Amino acid sequence: MNQRLKFSINIIVGLGLLILLTMLSIRFGANQNNNSTVFNAIFNYQAGDIDQRIIRDIRIPRVLGAILIGAALAGSGALMQSVTKNPMADSGILGINSGAALMLTLSFVFFPHLSTQGTTVFSVFGAAFTSILVFMISSLKKSQMSPTILVLSGMAISAFFTAISEGLALVMHLKQDLAFWHFGGVSAVSWSQLKNLGPWILVGLVVLIFLAPNLNLLHLSDDSIKSLGKNINLIRILALICVVILSGISVSLVGAVAFVGLIIPHIAKFLIGTDYRQIIPLTLILGADLTVCADLIARTINPPNETPFGLIISLIGVPFFIYLARKDGNS
Amino acid sequence: MNVIETKNVCVSYDKKLTIHDLSIQIPKGQITTLIGPNGCGKSTLIRTIAHLLKPSDGAVFLDSQNIDKKKISDIAKEMAVLPQTNNLANDLTVQELVTFGRIPYRKRFSTLSKEDHEKIDWALEKASLKDLRNRRISTLSGGQRQRAWIAMAIAQDTDTIILDEPTTYLDLTHQLDVMLLIKELNEKEHRTIIMALHDLNHAARFSDQLIAIKKGVLQVSGPVQEVITKNNLRNIFDIDAKIIEDKSKPMILTYNRWRGGQV
Repeated sequence: MNQRLKFSINIIVGLGLLILLTMLSIRFGANQNNNSTVFNAIFNYQAGDIDQRIIRDIRIPRVLGAILIGAALAGSGALMQSVTKNPMADSGILGINSGAALMLTLSFVFFPHLSTQGTTVFSVFGAAFTSILVFMISSLKKSQMSPTILVLSGMAISAFFTAISEGLALVMHLKQDLAFWHFGGVSAVSWSQLKNLGPWILVGLVVLIFLAPNLNLLHLSDDSIKSLGKNINLIRILALICVVILSGISVSLVGAVAFVGLIIPHIAKFLIGTDYRQIIPLTLILGADLTVCADLIARTINPPNETPFGLIISLIGVPFFIYLARKDGNS
Repeated sequence: MNVIETKNVCVSYDKKLTIHDLSIQIPKGQITTLIGPNGCGKSTLIRTIAHLLKPSDGAVFLDSQNIDKKKISDIAKEMAVLPQTNNLANDLTVQELVTFGRIPYRKRFSTLSKEDHEKIDWALEKASLKDLRNRRISTLSGGQRQRAWIAMAIAQDTDTIILDEPTTYLDLTHQLDVMLLIKELNEKEHRTIIMALHDLNHAARFSDQLIAIKKGVLQVSGPVQEVITKNNLRNIFDIDAKIIEDKSKPMILTYNRWRGGQV
């Protein structure tokens, strides 16, 4: 099939799925209502109606949050995998999430009354600090940065920081406050968070799309890239900043959500091939599909209780991933 | 005329000095091969010549110009480099990989020009990969893979091609394929070839000039006949060999270990 046609079909199906899932997410949840309530909540809003308020103030920001977070997690995963030339890379495995979480814990300990923006600054700082640390450790040896060392130092840092945050949380009796973070979820996303943090995520996503054509070069070794007359250090730095912003904000909003950044880029590559100009847009859409779908299942599977969101993502994502890996291996 | 010269080059790597005060000239239009025992600095020297490592002292000259003063985008139009290990890019198709060779000539975000397409086809033709152009690199044999990487260097359409041990990990037939392809590029397309090789017989058979290094120090350089001598092999490789001549090129027949002046 023509590559461009294949790309268009994938994008259209992905977007169609996203629209469908978004509508279902607004319509269904713990609180029962009907289509006319949804319609009124959007086009004929009456603040006095509790059902309409649930839709407007809880479900819509929640689904918008899920879309942004899904795109951010999947996009930064794709970026990490490409820049580190490591198919296993994502912000979780490289320890960036754990750094963000540690700073989040510290902010709970020392500044318990901080606003969301405040804790987000801590979280982004933690993500930045950890990624610099991980990259420094893995480039201690002067030779070319080896993917294995990168992953190992990421995992070591991750274990270390997680231990500190858990210890702090236990000692300071913060388990309750941080519980949401461990399971991850978009239930707490509010309009004010979206207004404050949404634009940052959007900026990160736009930079990501502009970086995409340059990522194709990273199929080659650094030596090859240099001998083709290109300098990729600037791309690396921009990519790292992008990852730090996207994963730092994601962690502070929804906690540690594993797998989205790892599997979605692989699924996108499986569907449309190796050109990052096509992989990145599809990755963003598929990431949003997965998180919105997972959130929808998380709150409808056992109402009125919420099933942990990260669990659903693993349950959907991992079998699909294994299926793809097997299918790809056979062909 | 020399395409590349090094003047008093020293290179340190991981704080160890691996190349000492090395001055060589590499003539244009010929095949020049670096030889020497493992760890002698062959790869380091080839990476320095290719502008992938910076000398800690001395300078490398490309067409009589200090390579450090040139833009890397200009260097990419003069020499193509095939680094030693290429286990990346396995998801790409052969054609996609070869297309990378056109990067030095492409403007940002532009599509491939007619010339780009012609050069890519030409490179695939040269490397006998036309039938495999849509195959993924991961599905190719070692020899085909190496030819695909060489095709990328061919598509870069530079006067000079640098290859770091292009036959490593290949079986005999595929080693020969690669060497014949390199010879053809030199003879028919008049490319200057600079490479590092392990196999002394390949080096002797296919090169015009040899440069022998040991422990980072230049031992001897010159035409093949002058470098492949009984004495040089003893001193540089610690082997005692019988050398015969075949098709006016030296051939090393038997090896004995040479230790401290004795067989």
